[in-house]
Amino acid sequence: MATETTTSTSACVDASGGAIGMPQLCPDWFTNQIFWLVIALLAIFFVLSKIALPRIAAVLAERSGTISNDLASAEDLKRKAVEAEEAYNKALADARAEAQSIAAQTRAEIKADLDDAIAKADAEIAAKAAEGEAKIAEIRAGAMESVSEVAKDVAAEIVTALGQTADAKTVGDAVAARLKG
Amino acid sequence: MADATDSGVAFDFKPMDQFIVKPLGGSAGDPVSMLTITNATLWLGISVLAIIALFVLGTRGRAIIPSRTQSVAELAYGFVYKMIEDVTGKDAVKYFPYIFTLFVFILFSNFLALIPMSFSPTSQIAVTAVLGFSVFFVITAIGFIKNGVSFLSLFWVSSAPLALRPVLALIEVISYFVRPVSHSVRLAGNVLAGHAVLKVFATFAASVLVAPVAILGVVGIFALEILVSAIQAYVFTILTCVYLKDALHPHH
Repeated sequence: MATETTTSTSACVDASGGAIGMPQLCPDWFTNQIFWLVIALLAIFFVLSKIALPRIAAVLAERSGTISNDLASAEDLKRKAVEAEEAYNKALADARAEAQSIAAQTRAEIKADLDDAIAKADAEIAAKAAEGEAKIAEIRAGAMESVSEVAKDVAAEIVTALGQTADAKTVGDAVAARLKG
Repeated sequence: MADATDSGVAFDFKPMDQFIVKPLGGSAGDPVSMLTITNATLWLGISVLAIIALFVLGTRGRAIIPSRTQSVAELAYGFVYKMIEDVTGKDAVKYFPYIFTLFVFILFSNFLALIPMSFSPTSQIAVTAVLGFSVFFVITAIGFIKNGVSFLSLFWVSSAPLALRPVLALIEVISYFVRPVSHSVRLAGNVLAGHAVLKVFATFAASVLVAPVAILGVVGIFALEILVSAIQAYVFTILTCVYLKDALHPHH
């Protein structure tokens, strides 16, 4: 480095405008540098601490709040989905059970109706049969009576035809005696 | 140094000229008083504006789903916040704005200094010394305010054998007072060296013969400087956190 002293106004700069030694160590410039440095640092500090840092802190806090809210609501929704699924399964099982009970009930009702109807039909059939039997018995009784009447008439006619007179009482007794026999 | 020649033309090495402070629009050597608007002022101002652009305009939307700029701002916020929490502890979170100011200022100054023809405030020992010594004095004050005289137990290593403790105390005291120096010189030295080396390579590029190698060198060193810019901002900040931890919890 050039070391010759010059007629420059500064002790740190030679005549051609080059640095003499290290410009960092030139005391002429210290106060200026320190003054402006302090101004710059104060400006940065006030801008940052009054505006920028609170703002960034607020944004970061808000973001973490939003994220944890979102996570919480996602958890909530997940829980709700599980609950809904459970409710759905429960409803499905209930419906199935109800359907089965309804089917069983219906089956029982139908069976009861059927039994009822069968019983009624049986009773009717029995009644009809009894009625028939009674009629038959009646008819049979009627027939027997007719037979004795016919026999009496026929016997009387035969007696008349043989030239005898027969009173109705005698003929009747004779026929009755015969029929008994 | 300027003896290397190429076709009879001497290289004009002026790697340090980029660090000259001069009035804005003036030339090197013009008088600079405290209030003069200088190139240093300009680039400090650009840093401030860039920081405002990222952290104020970029977060204007306050969006839950951030825009790209907003997520960069949030990333920087989260990075430093977590660093303080992890390194210093939860009780140091109230110092976050101060540490964050340091971090973004150094980060932006370092990166803006990579723009060709720019001025790099963090290469200036005046700047880094103010940063380093402010950190040192503030943290020492916090240490005494929070812990009173028991802050001095930081230097008294109670876990060491009694005979060794005075020696260790001496070493601890020396290392404590060297902290601001190393803190500021580390940053300035890294930035200064990188920029000076870039300039040297760029000067070599003036020669047709070595230009390809020189330009490759510039590209390589530039990439390295990008890394250094971020790392030095990180290192400065994390060391501040470590020192703050010592002040808040001085007992070993």
